[in-house]
Amino acid sequence: MLRMNALAPACAGLAMALSAASASAQQAGDIKVDYDALVAELKESFSEKGLAKLDRLDQSDMQKACSRADAGGELPADVSGRITKEAMASIKPPADGNYLGDWKAGEKVAQNGRGLQFSDTANTVNGGNCYACHQMTKAEISFGNIGPSLYQYGKLRGDSKEIVEYTWNKIYNSHAYMPCSNMPRFGAAGILTEQQLKDVMALLLDPKSPVNDDSVKP
Amino acid sequence: MKSMRMAAACMAVAALLAGQPAAAAEESDTAQGIAEYREMLSDGNPAELIEMTGEDLWKEPRGPKAASLEQCDLGMGPGVLKGAYAHMPRYFKDADKVMDLETRLVYCMVNLQGFTAEEVTKKPFSGAGQYSTDMESLVAYVVAQSRGVEIAVPQEHAKEREAFARGREIFYFRGGPYDFSCASCHSRDDQRIRLQDLPNLTKQEPARAAFSTWPAYRVSQGALRSMQWRLNDCFRQQRMPVLKYGSQASIDLTVFLGVNANGGAMNAPAIKR
Repeated sequence: MLRMNALAPACAGLAMALSAASASAQQAGDIKVDYDALVAELKESFSEKGLAKLDRLDQSDMQKACSRADAGGELPADVSGRITKEAMASIKPPADGNYLGDWKAGEKVAQNGRGLQFSDTANTVNGGNCYACHQMTKAEISFGNIGPSLYQYGKLRGDSKEIVEYTWNKIYNSHAYMPCSNMPRFGAAGILTEQQLKDVMALLLDPKSPVNDDSVKP
Repeated sequence: MKSMRMAAACMAVAALLAGQPAAAAEESDTAQGIAEYREMLSDGNPAELIEMTGEDLWKEPRGPKAASLEQCDLGMGPGVLKGAYAHMPRYFKDADKVMDLETRLVYCMVNLQGFTAEEVTKKPFSGAGQYSTDMESLVAYVVAQSRGVEIAVPQEHAKEREAFARGREIFYFRGGPYDFSCASCHSRDDQRIRLQDLPNLTKQEPARAAFSTWPAYRVSQGALRSMQWRLNDCFRQQRMPVLKYGSQASIDLTVFLGVNANGGAMNAPAIKR
């Protein structure tokens, strides 16, 4: 406790230093960047390779609005509402009504960071790369922290219909619950197949998966 | 280094207070381990050999005009290398453009040595197991002459300010199937992908720490990697198409990152995992 108390003021100082106003906001100042000219510049600055075509630089309305919001601009309430509404409408429940696949296959999806890069091919099996941003099992200590910890996800939340559907929807299109979420739209953007989504669901919700049971080895 | 340790300690304290004891302690051990590994590596940086290759290339008469690069003006006058990289990208009157180091080197190789831009940019990055390309060696040599020099990427010329403004827009530009932008990973404090720390490039201290240590020798790839490579590989992970070498977007983004880092001290080529 003593050590923590001693460190606390230093931490507060560090936090203040880190939150010093960013140079960027001031520098950008009054120079207005023409949107169409910027997109044209980007298209001139990139070349197509494999799956990665120049149309990836054509922003959807959501991407455009979220870029503006991320840059410190406004996300008007009507735009935000439209994003969540359209995201919810994009979600397809599993065709056979069965939400849970095989957690072992789901663990492979969660570990795999490949897919849809210009270095990948049409034969590359896309991953979900969940561990890049989330803690999931106790066994995997190499996890990122951009998203919240999902360790014991099912154990803490249960497997009610509401939780199961919420989880499916969140993975399928995260913007349904959080406009301008950082999480890719794994279902809506065609990153994972329906079967892969079910397998990740099982990893999160199956009581026998290593997410929910430390004694199970992934 | 000190501030990194402090940040790690603070993260650990914060996590302890939030009541997640075991994982946090493990994490801080890991972070400290990585920091010590980096410190050990920096004792012998293979980039030094590449810098020497670059020095030879700089001084050697080459190309159809059999000229060296010793009259190349990197912004501080012909042949002046000391501190030049710390002031780039910058506006060059002769080209009427804002250029980063790599596009300026291409400019000099074309205009002084008589090469074509196509031939010198055909393969700017070395592949796995290959020695540095000429461009990478030259970059290493020039960048090393700015060690300890304060980063001062200029914003005096209108074109420099416009490049910054566009670079900022590009930093936040979401696109592709994953909806990612640079900001998805680099606009918040204390974030990681797996165990890799992600600098918040919108804030002064982490922006300085990042910009001042690129280009770098990448141990995992056994190669000297330039800023153009760094951006190219970030866009790959964003699921964007291939960033063209020396493209306008690459220069705009580098201006944005450099200006955010102004006031830091260059310490490159660094050594990284």
